[in-house]
Amino acid sequence: MQSDNRPLSPHVQIYKPQLTSSLSILHRLTGIAMVVGTLLLVWWLIAAAAGPEAFAVVQGFVDGWFGRLLLFGWTFALLYHLGNGVRHLVWDAGWGFELTSVYASGWIVVGGSIGLTIVAWIIGYAVRGA
Amino acid sequence: MAEFALPKNSKVEAGKTWSSAGGGGNVKRFQVYRWDPDDGRNPRLDSYAVDLDKCGPMVLDALIKIKNEIDPTLTFRRSCREGVCGSCAMNIDGTNTLACTSFIAEIKGDAKIYPLPHQPVIKDLVPDQSHFFAQYRTIEPWLKTDSPAPERERLQAPEDRAKLDGLYECILCACCSTSCPSYWWNADRYLGPAILLQAYRWLVDSRDEAIGERLDALEDPFRLYRCHTIMNCTRTCPKSLNPAKAIAEIKKMMVARRG
Repeated sequence: MQSDNRPLSPHVQIYKPQLTSSLSILHRLTGIAMVVGTLLLVWWLIAAAAGPEAFAVVQGFVDGWFGRLLLFGWTFALLYHLGNGVRHLVWDAGWGFELTSVYASGWIVVGGSIGLTIVAWIIGYAVRGA
Repeated sequence: MAEFALPKNSKVEAGKTWSSAGGGGNVKRFQVYRWDPDDGRNPRLDSYAVDLDKCGPMVLDALIKIKNEIDPTLTFRRSCREGVCGSCAMNIDGTNTLACTSFIAEIKGDAKIYPLPHQPVIKDLVPDQSHFFAQYRTIEPWLKTDSPAPERERLQAPEDRAKLDGLYECILCACCSTSCPSYWWNADRYLGPAILLQAYRWLVDSRDEAIGERLDALEDPFRLYRCHTIMNCTRTCPKSLNPAKAIAEIKKMMVARRG
């Protein structure tokens, strides 16, 4: 008997979050975040071309605590997306599909991107001062 | 397109809590998805208490005990009770697996049991799999040959036969396909991990003579390439097969034949 009133069984609401799907979603989110971040870069470049006053406005925003928070986020987004992108390239070559490899490479990318983000900021502050 | 929310008629409501199995003992609560096509109501989550001291070790044992002793209207598919038929595939404790091969003892807290995700529900834990099997039909899962049939069977070298290991064991339970977010959002056009693993099973069969034709049928932005290597399929396969790897091999064959 066909019924057109059949409900759709729950999916994303009930499926257990796990490393496989979480890192996939994070890859998308960091990709989107970088597109938005590009707008800031464009704003910065246009301001630089427009003159010292306009540039000072952008510098003031980027140098504030909120601007720095955004830059910190984008640093992580870039490094995670890059690292996970390499992971995808290796998969496309047909390697690393065993579940243990998938989890190992996943944790390496997570740890590596967090570590490199912190290192990048330490170097940044060391070179430029607070 | 990704529809994250459930349609209005599919939202799960609180259900009935069936009284405890005589109190005391080693009691575990099972929260089970229920939907009755005849009562006109939304799906709900019923709660059953099962005394584990008087129940077999598997989730399927508990479901059968509930049906026999507490609520005979509970509906689910089951047959072999040893992981070779694929009938009792469902979402147990958040991941897809076979009720007959998953241990109750491995579930912490209440055991939550839902039908396979993002499927039309016929009743309770029984999803409508017509679309899934229609997709299976599209990959033409049989040996295709042009050369004349030999006098006896078509022979295969042991090393060629070995290429089918890890593929022929698939029982088409649909655990992997219904664990795949890409399949949730695009099942109308994306074939999903189970069907693609089956497609690869015929592509690597040394006796099959229709590789080009089979690849042509898969060369499509959706049918094959909606796989984004999320890996939920391999993570959840109750037979420990690797659909993601099979899909990657098909993608490699696509590149290789372009020369």
